[in-house]
Amino acid sequence: MGPDFFRVLCWVASAAAVATLGLIVYEIVSGAWPAIQKFGLGFLGSSSWVPNRENFGVFPFIVGTAVSSLIAILFAFPLGLAIAIFLSENFLALPVRQAIRFVVEMLAAIPSVVYGLWGIFVVIPLVKVFGTWAVANLGSIPIFSGPAYGNSMLTASIVLALMILPTMTAISRSALTAVPKTLREGAYALGATRWEAILGVILPTAAPGIVAATILALGRAMGETMAVAMLIGNSSRLSWSLLSPGGTLAGLLANQFGEAEGMQVSSLMYAALILVVITLFVNLVGEAVLRYTQKQTAGIR
Amino acid sequence: MSERRCEMSMGMIFVRKVPILNNIFIAHQVGIAGTPIASKNRRLFPAQLVGWKSPLCVDCDNFVTIMSLAVRNVWYGIPFPTIKTMKPLSFFAIGAALLAGTSANAQQLSGAGATFPAPLYQRWGVEYNKVNPAVQVNYQSVGSGAGVKNFTAGVVDFGASDAAMSDTEIAKVSKGVVLIPATAGEIVFAYNLPGVDKLNLSREAMAGIYLGTIAKWNDPAIAKANPGAKLPDLPIQVAYRSDGSGTTYVFTQHLSAISKDFDEKIGTDKSVTFPVGVGGKGNEGVTALVKQSPGAVGYVEYGYAKGNGLAMASLENKSGKFIAPGEESGASTLANVKLPENLRIWPVDPEGDTDYPIASFTWLLLYKKYDDAAKLKALKEFVTYGLTTGQGFASELGYIPLPAPVVEKAKAALATVQ
Repeated sequence: MGPDFFRVLCWVASAAAVATLGLIVYEIVSGAWPAIQKFGLGFLGSSSWVPNRENFGVFPFIVGTAVSSLIAILFAFPLGLAIAIFLSENFLALPVRQAIRFVVEMLAAIPSVVYGLWGIFVVIPLVKVFGTWAVANLGSIPIFSGPAYGNSMLTASIVLALMILPTMTAISRSALTAVPKTLREGAYALGATRWEAILGVILPTAAPGIVAATILALGRAMGETMAVAMLIGNSSRLSWSLLSPGGTLAGLLANQFGEAEGMQVSSLMYAALILVVITLFVNLVGEAVLRYTQKQTAGIR
Repeated sequence: MSERRCEMSMGMIFVRKVPILNNIFIAHQVGIAGTPIASKNRRLFPAQLVGWKSPLCVDCDNFVTIMSLAVRNVWYGIPFPTIKTMKPLSFFAIGAALLAGTSANAQQLSGAGATFPAPLYQRWGVEYNKVNPAVQVNYQSVGSGAGVKNFTAGVVDFGASDAAMSDTEIAKVSKGVVLIPATAGEIVFAYNLPGVDKLNLSREAMAGIYLGTIAKWNDPAIAKANPGAKLPDLPIQVAYRSDGSGTTYVFTQHLSAISKDFDEKIGTDKSVTFPVGVGGKGNEGVTALVKQSPGAVGYVEYGYAKGNGLAMASLENKSGKFIAPGEESGASTLANVKLPENLRIWPVDPEGDTDYPIASFTWLLLYKKYDDAAKLKALKEFVTYGLTTGQGFASELGYIPLPAPVVEKAKAALATVQ
């Protein structure tokens, strides 16, 4: 017998994956080094991004990344979960459900730039109408203060919500369908109505999967670049209003990397490093929550 | 001797195996888009094909080229030829055959740089290929900054940049640099104001709008220059380029020249931070912003504004006249520019009565010396074509054709390339 080639192959493949990540991080850190030395941690808290004055800070972009993806989750979570429940229960005949599922999952196949264009031509006009109304009627609430722009945090968040909907739906649905049949039947046998069974038994059992879906969706929303860069207005001014333009880290990179020079390149690398750290952090939190809920729900499975 | 024919989307390849030597292939008959080209047999050694240098290999430059070809084929979904009938090694032979074939039969010129003139350069490439099929020009619009980087690194035959090259950048190129102005463009204030067909913007208004000090369309500073126009009581929605761009560079350069305030608060660069407004990605992004919002104003290239039917403001020039953008006013600006020795100049604040205030050349970057005589000849011919016949395509694509004196000087500069 010669060496176990399959084993070697697997070994090399997994080592390569780890090495690639290591190389990427090394490359980013070494590129960012001049900016890290110059700005230190103040980079995170400073809100001026002025390339021609060599003055860089990414606070507005960190806020923008967090706010846009959280709002997107706020929209996508209830919608995605509702679709997942609907598709995993027998409200409709199976072929119809399969068709709906297929259509929802097809949303994931649409290129980002197409979402961006669709956002420009469909969502922006709608947001403008809403924005004008909101400023007139709810203007006293900071998040709806004027003036209302079409390219705004709200527009980007709505399109992001749609983009992460398939992730949210598909993973939640498979978690829901994986709930053992015996549990369902047990609930009905005890006299639970459908809603009681769903809310009291099925959802809690599928919770780890649903949490995983949410975290994955959040991760996608944070890293999404093209559509956001096209819709968010790319401004580094901080504003409470959702109707004002904002910016995200990924959008900043996409916008400025091509023509950047010197310290601007380092600062963009630094921004990339922060984005990597944030997404890593989100994934770690996700993993922790997943484990915790798995432990909590282990008894009922 | 067995001969196999492989069809690929790029042409036909015949790979022949030499019976005695197991790993040597002869590939010949490589054509682009199915047209067979006179065969020039060459031997291809697999060892070279994956990048190890060997004195016997003349055509394969490096591993990267072959790999990028393979990657591109995968990218476009071009299938590899009949896998069942061919030995793995012949895949390499095909990759190299493509390379060998194309470089043997056609002179490839590769360029990279500014996005603004890309449609024109690409058109030149296509049209010139019709005139002289032996030369293929591949221009990638990667942005001025990246163009200068690629050019400095020596990975392209020519570069292109809206911001020319600074002296420190030029000093980094050991082969020397010749800057050739290739075409020119204007930057316009595109606006969206229903009911206002003609708008004059004074120098004060231009800077004020982008500084945020003029926030309404009926501001006295705008109204003063537009007697009789019905200016609405609308907030001005300012749009700017969010991506780094030569357009922003030229635009902020002009505003900095005409307004001290603007120079102090914003300054000149390829990406700056405006205190007001919304950023759109690319000319198309700003165009979309202006088109969609009544009350919006943004700076875009003349070609984009014209192509999208946007209203363009007449701008006040140094002599106090309001000049509408267009080919004539742009040509007037360019004609009044006194070109220095290195041909690098911006008409920052043109003085002539009929000059449109914001216009700029865009440059081709050539090395002073080329080692490959055939390449040099092809490049010179191509650039000459662009400077002469090529200028004819400029206006239909929204550029300003170069005035004759500029063409003469550019040609003279081209002659110094060796």
